[in-house]
Amino acid sequence: MKLTGAQALIKSLEMQGVDVMFGLPGGAILPVYDPIIDSPIRHILVRHEQGAGHMAEGYAHATGRPGVAMVTSGPAATNIVTPLADAYMDSVPIVVITGQVATGSIGTDAFQEADITGITMSVTKHNWLVTDANDIPNVVSEAFHVATTGRPGPVLIDFPKDVANAEMDWYWPTSVDMPGYKPNSRGHSKMIAAAVKMMYEATRPIFYVGGGVLKARGSEALAELVELTGIPVVTTLMARGAFPDEHPLCLGMPGMHGNYTAVTSMQQADLLIALGSRFDDRVTGKLDGFAPHAKVIHVDIDPAELGKLRRPDVPIVGDCRSVIEDIIRAIKADPDAYQQRADISDWIKTIKEWQAKHPLKYDQPALSGVLKPQFVIEKLRDANPSDTIVVSGVGQHQMWASQYWKFNHPYTWINSGGLGTMGFAVPAAIGAKVGKPDRVVWAIDGDGCFQMTAQELVTASMERIPIKVALLNNSYLGMVRQWQEMFYGERYSEVYLSPDLPDYVKWAEAMGCASFRVENAEEVGPAIEKANEINDRPVVVEFRTDSSEKVFPMVPAGVSNDNIILGPESLGGK
Amino acid sequence: MSISYIPGNGSLADPSDRVGVMHHHVLSVLVENRAGVLARIAQLFSRRGYNIFSLAVAPTDDSRFSRITIVVDVASAPLEQITKQLHKLINVIKISELDPLESVECELLVATVNADISSRGHVMELVALFDGKIIDVGSDKLTVLVTGEPDKLDDFSELLSSFGIVELQRTGRVALAKLERQSNKLKNTTGRAG
Repeated sequence: MKLTGAQALIKSLEMQGVDVMFGLPGGAILPVYDPIIDSPIRHILVRHEQGAGHMAEGYAHATGRPGVAMVTSGPAATNIVTPLADAYMDSVPIVVITGQVATGSIGTDAFQEADITGITMSVTKHNWLVTDANDIPNVVSEAFHVATTGRPGPVLIDFPKDVANAEMDWYWPTSVDMPGYKPNSRGHSKMIAAAVKMMYEATRPIFYVGGGVLKARGSEALAELVELTGIPVVTTLMARGAFPDEHPLCLGMPGMHGNYTAVTSMQQADLLIALGSRFDDRVTGKLDGFAPHAKVIHVDIDPAELGKLRRPDVPIVGDCRSVIEDIIRAIKADPDAYQQRADISDWIKTIKEWQAKHPLKYDQPALSGVLKPQFVIEKLRDANPSDTIVVSGVGQHQMWASQYWKFNHPYTWINSGGLGTMGFAVPAAIGAKVGKPDRVVWAIDGDGCFQMTAQELVTASMERIPIKVALLNNSYLGMVRQWQEMFYGERYSEVYLSPDLPDYVKWAEAMGCASFRVENAEEVGPAIEKANEINDRPVVVEFRTDSSEKVFPMVPAGVSNDNIILGPESLGGK
Repeated sequence: MSISYIPGNGSLADPSDRVGVMHHHVLSVLVENRAGVLARIAQLFSRRGYNIFSLAVAPTDDSRFSRITIVVDVASAPLEQITKQLHKLINVIKISELDPLESVECELLVATVNADISSRGHVMELVALFDGKIIDVGSDKLTVLVTGEPDKLDDFSELLSSFGIVELQRTGRVALAKLERQSNKLKNTTGRAG
């Protein structure tokens, strides 16, 4: 069967089981947009290429399947670099296809030419420039294979216009031939035995759970291991929901804005069992001072993470679920050793005391008074089903959402962790809703973030993707303002955004959304109720919140996690 | 048979004398022979903040693969990280770290040196001592070629400099692991054959 390169590309995507793609056409990718008309793949037309990338990420986060985005060459390709970098940092499987000028024009500074394979080398797991139409099925299968196996991540296929127009004989490869890519998913049995022994000896152990557990679909296995061992769990920003917050052994989020118990239990631990986490600086604080008494078992599918920042006593390369299951098997195989394990009840008791003494706290004054963002999030949480998907941008609202929501199911929390991409929430929420249309999807966004990608609400309206946005409008770039207040002597430089400019309600309405404004605590509940009743279009609820509210606890950058600031009262001199 | 120069701290000497050599690590990287592979590797080094000391690339006997010999100047902990990161590149098939004591290394040097009528004989003598060749002759200059272990080339270029080097170019080293000897016993009885 003869196909054009363009037809072969779309057919290859169909063969990969792609049901939806996000994109925006242009000159170089034009030939590929023609066969889309005849394809069962749903194409969602975005308003900016960055939106297409984040939508693909949101889709991948929510469903576990790779998200697909397709854009044209040059500026379109450079516009999607941010989502690629974001997906690379957070190990999100996405496949981005960019148009490219014809092979004969590459290197001539042709119209809308950009060296996108060169530009994205350091933010993709791998990328391909297709130079022969006969390679298309192979390249597409390799791309999906690389994106979804091992440590997942973004890949890019650069697709020149003449390759799209060339003819090829259709085939579909039954396997991929990649001699240099053989990810290892099974942990070494000796290391697993050593890990079990170390877990039995520890008297102050902690599971330090990262996004890798979610990527490995390992939540159920983790729950079984926690039940078996009784060891408490912290879930990092990328792992919220990997273990239910309501479980008595769940200590919540550690790190710069982690709660006291999660942070301190790691500092005091004699064993950290790191599962798919990577000792990120936002978790460890000053690395030298992090968990100084702890031995480390580090499980990660990426060998390069083991020993990158903290040298593990027991390194295990492997898929988190597979390793956790092997650990469970090893435990069950030796009941005598299990019975003789160290008693950790004193440790649990200490942790419970910390929890009782230092809960997360904020102070919502009278219902008619100024509105606290944490109050909005708690109300939102209580008014929505527990499997609601929460998507956030980056900044204060992100931290409050992570702190105050109760994540009891995996894949209900989607955010930009590693790269910290402002503007992530709206498009990622759209992608998540496309992937999980039956679930309630709330984007919790800040006013600074919202202004970066809000135009995608037009996409959501056009495509009838009824996401809901809780816009926490504190009229500032709040996190930067917080740092300027705390560390720059209240010298506020370029952080004021205005509460009224733009008029968010009018703007949202202009984009086809339902929208209303909430100015005090009394109105919060009814507004959320009203928003939840609207399901035929997106909703934007603007909450006017307290500009001076800060995220606590906080460990200032570059200091040890022992120096945690619990709240404004411990700032001193204020 | 001519008398050849053997570097003072070279293969015949006690290996423990080779102070400083261990700071250099030689990575022999087998890669797929595809466009852009060198760029990916070079970019990885710069992105992760490591410096390439020297680099040599050439096809292997199998046309699907090339071998890249990279000399890096790092302590062993960062070396482990850079090796792991290199392994993550899809086009990288295999990485071997070549211990300088357990590998054979070779490099090529060409240099144009001042050699007028008064010094020409001395230059030619020096080149002969190092088993080198004269590859171009001008009225008052010579271009010479020497191959061998990097240490030998260091010594040669130092000695050559007294004549006045006009231009000098080195390839960077290439290396392969030393071959297994027939048996340890044989190795011990015959000594280090150099």
